[in-house]
Amino acid sequence: MAMKINTGQFHERVEKGIHNTFMRGAVAGAQERLRTRRLEAAAELGNWEQWRALGEEIRQHTLENLDYYLMQLSENVKKRGGHVFFAQTAEEANEYICRVVESKQAKKIVKSKSMVTEEIHMNAALEKLGCEVIETDLGEYILQVDDHDPPSHIVAPALHKNKEQIRDVFKEKLAYTKTEKPEELALHARHMLRHEYMTADVGITGCNFAVAETGSITLVTNEGNADLVTALPKTQITVMGMERIVPTFEEMEVLVSLLTRSAVGQKLTSYITVLTGPRDEGEVDGPEEFHLVIVDNGRSDILGTEFQPVLQCIRCAACVNVCPIYRHIGGHSYGSIYSGPIGAVLSPLLGGYDDYKELPYASTLCAACTEACPVKIPLHELLLKHRQTIVEREGKAPISEKLAMKAFGLGAASSMLYKLGSKIAPTAVNPFTVNDRISKGPGPLKAWTDIREFPAPEKERFRDWFKQRGEE
Amino acid sequence: MEAFLQRLSSRLGRDMPAFVERPQWKHAPQQTVFQGYSQDELLDELKKQCTRIHTTLVETTTDGLYHTIEQVIDAHGGGPIVVANDERYEQVGLSSFLKREDVHVWDVSLGRANIEAAEKANIGITFSDMTLAESGTVVLLNDRNQGRTISFLPKTYVAIIPKSTIVPRMTQAARIIREQKHVPSCINFITGPSNSADIEMNLVVGVHGPMKATYIVITDC
Repeated sequence: MAMKINTGQFHERVEKGIHNTFMRGAVAGAQERLRTRRLEAAAELGNWEQWRALGEEIRQHTLENLDYYLMQLSENVKKRGGHVFFAQTAEEANEYICRVVESKQAKKIVKSKSMVTEEIHMNAALEKLGCEVIETDLGEYILQVDDHDPPSHIVAPALHKNKEQIRDVFKEKLAYTKTEKPEELALHARHMLRHEYMTADVGITGCNFAVAETGSITLVTNEGNADLVTALPKTQITVMGMERIVPTFEEMEVLVSLLTRSAVGQKLTSYITVLTGPRDEGEVDGPEEFHLVIVDNGRSDILGTEFQPVLQCIRCAACVNVCPIYRHIGGHSYGSIYSGPIGAVLSPLLGGYDDYKELPYASTLCAACTEACPVKIPLHELLLKHRQTIVEREGKAPISEKLAMKAFGLGAASSMLYKLGSKIAPTAVNPFTVNDRISKGPGPLKAWTDIREFPAPEKERFRDWFKQRGEE
Repeated sequence: MEAFLQRLSSRLGRDMPAFVERPQWKHAPQQTVFQGYSQDELLDELKKQCTRIHTTLVETTTDGLYHTIEQVIDAHGGGPIVVANDERYEQVGLSSFLKREDVHVWDVSLGRANIEAAEKANIGITFSDMTLAESGTVVLLNDRNQGRTISFLPKTYVAIIPKSTIVPRMTQAARIIREQKHVPSCINFITGPSNSADIEMNLVVGVHGPMKATYIVITDC
């Protein structure tokens, strides 16, 4: 799975999302629950704004010294007997990972959830080598079993699927015989995956936070899958986006506290695991060999620009869980594994405006995302900056906006045209008007009225009304 | 590596600094959580939190520990049991417990057989090195005598918690770990049993790791 998913046009994807009633219900329900749990967890602390300010300060400081901290991390991983590879591009990262896997003559790979490995399309590269790559996060596993359905939420990847669909997929692909009860489905996955952990040659993980001072990596899960992925196979490969780093354990713990509360409203998730190097001498479990792959893949182009704050992101999806647009169109409509407000900011930066120019417009700029972000990324301001860039530098404003602006420009530039236009407007739209609302608009209005009503123009123009008022 | 890091330095508009001092952060809200609490108050907080993480908490004393452990084991369907090779068992009077037939004590010389024992075990038991009251978390500093899989492969996980190990939150644990000369290759922060809400946001307890968790607090230790 690369960063780009669902290759159709943005409007087609949205159309599909809006008409998927189950998905919309599931998304709305999940948003409510996750949002409420986050707010409760924040309220319990009592001084949430101080926590956010601390999180922001730590992330900003780390990014401002990213070169130094990555150097320190790399030295400390090596001191503990680990290998470090710096990958400028997705291709370089995949080449290195494939080289390691080939050198081990590995056939079976177990994997815990990682956004960056999706971003670089790692599974496909490994499958090309003839390896079997098995996702172990329950949500990711469900999607993989269902012919690689793309994830629709950063934290809950299979949010768009209902339990009956999952039961049917399990029946078809995994010889499942029980009901759609989540407990039974999860138990089946447990049995299937236990065997895979025990027999896998390589374990691959992402990285929530690397710790520069000790050369450690931190993995945050509720299922415990990352622990089995790293405890049982002989070789461990960890792939991290280069910005996912903190100076010491003390900053790590603050960010973990912000992450688990913001993502799922938990004080800590069931398993926070901090791994340093391969197994120590004499240890029986844990990997014999540890490789850390640090991925740039477009991130350095963001560094030092006005978009730098987006690199503060700790992937909690709090912004996704409050976004009114995400609520209506769902994750797949974004066409990127990074959905919601963070996806709308990040995807055009990593994947380019050609593919993602619509995303900054998939926002009402209501700023709920900015308010929810635990590390204070000014998300809605960054969306606005994208729009400015798209219009000013790239000349890629959406065609409808261009036409509308052009027409308005023409009409408003000449006082005669303006007078005429505003005078005939009520008559022109009269056939479409019911009770002063337009719900099935013609031409350029259609895109708007497909989704909501448009107020009909007032029968009396402001200028006429004002003039008359003066005379009275 | 050099080109990679040099690119970052140039994007940041300067050379790579030779040394970066960690700033004094402007805020420190993490330090105020349960500040000044006694061990009794911290234990109360731990108990409260356990009701929220699907974890049973049992209190006992050193004298009653053997009996309590047997009760907990019976309640979860008995052995096989896997435990760390840990001198603390002896210190709390559990040497004879380790001699039970259904107890496998982690033994480096047996190699992978330890993992197989853990996979077959019904119950895995470890001591908690530090215990976080706020989140209900036990911290395991694993080493050659305490395999990582003891707390993950068995169906039930039992943590023995000396009351003296309870601290307010992860903040104190992070500081203690930083002071160690050698950071363990694997540190676990475990908060209750394994769970997932990936299917329609329904909470399922017991996914890849343990399905159940019990904490035994030794109140005079």
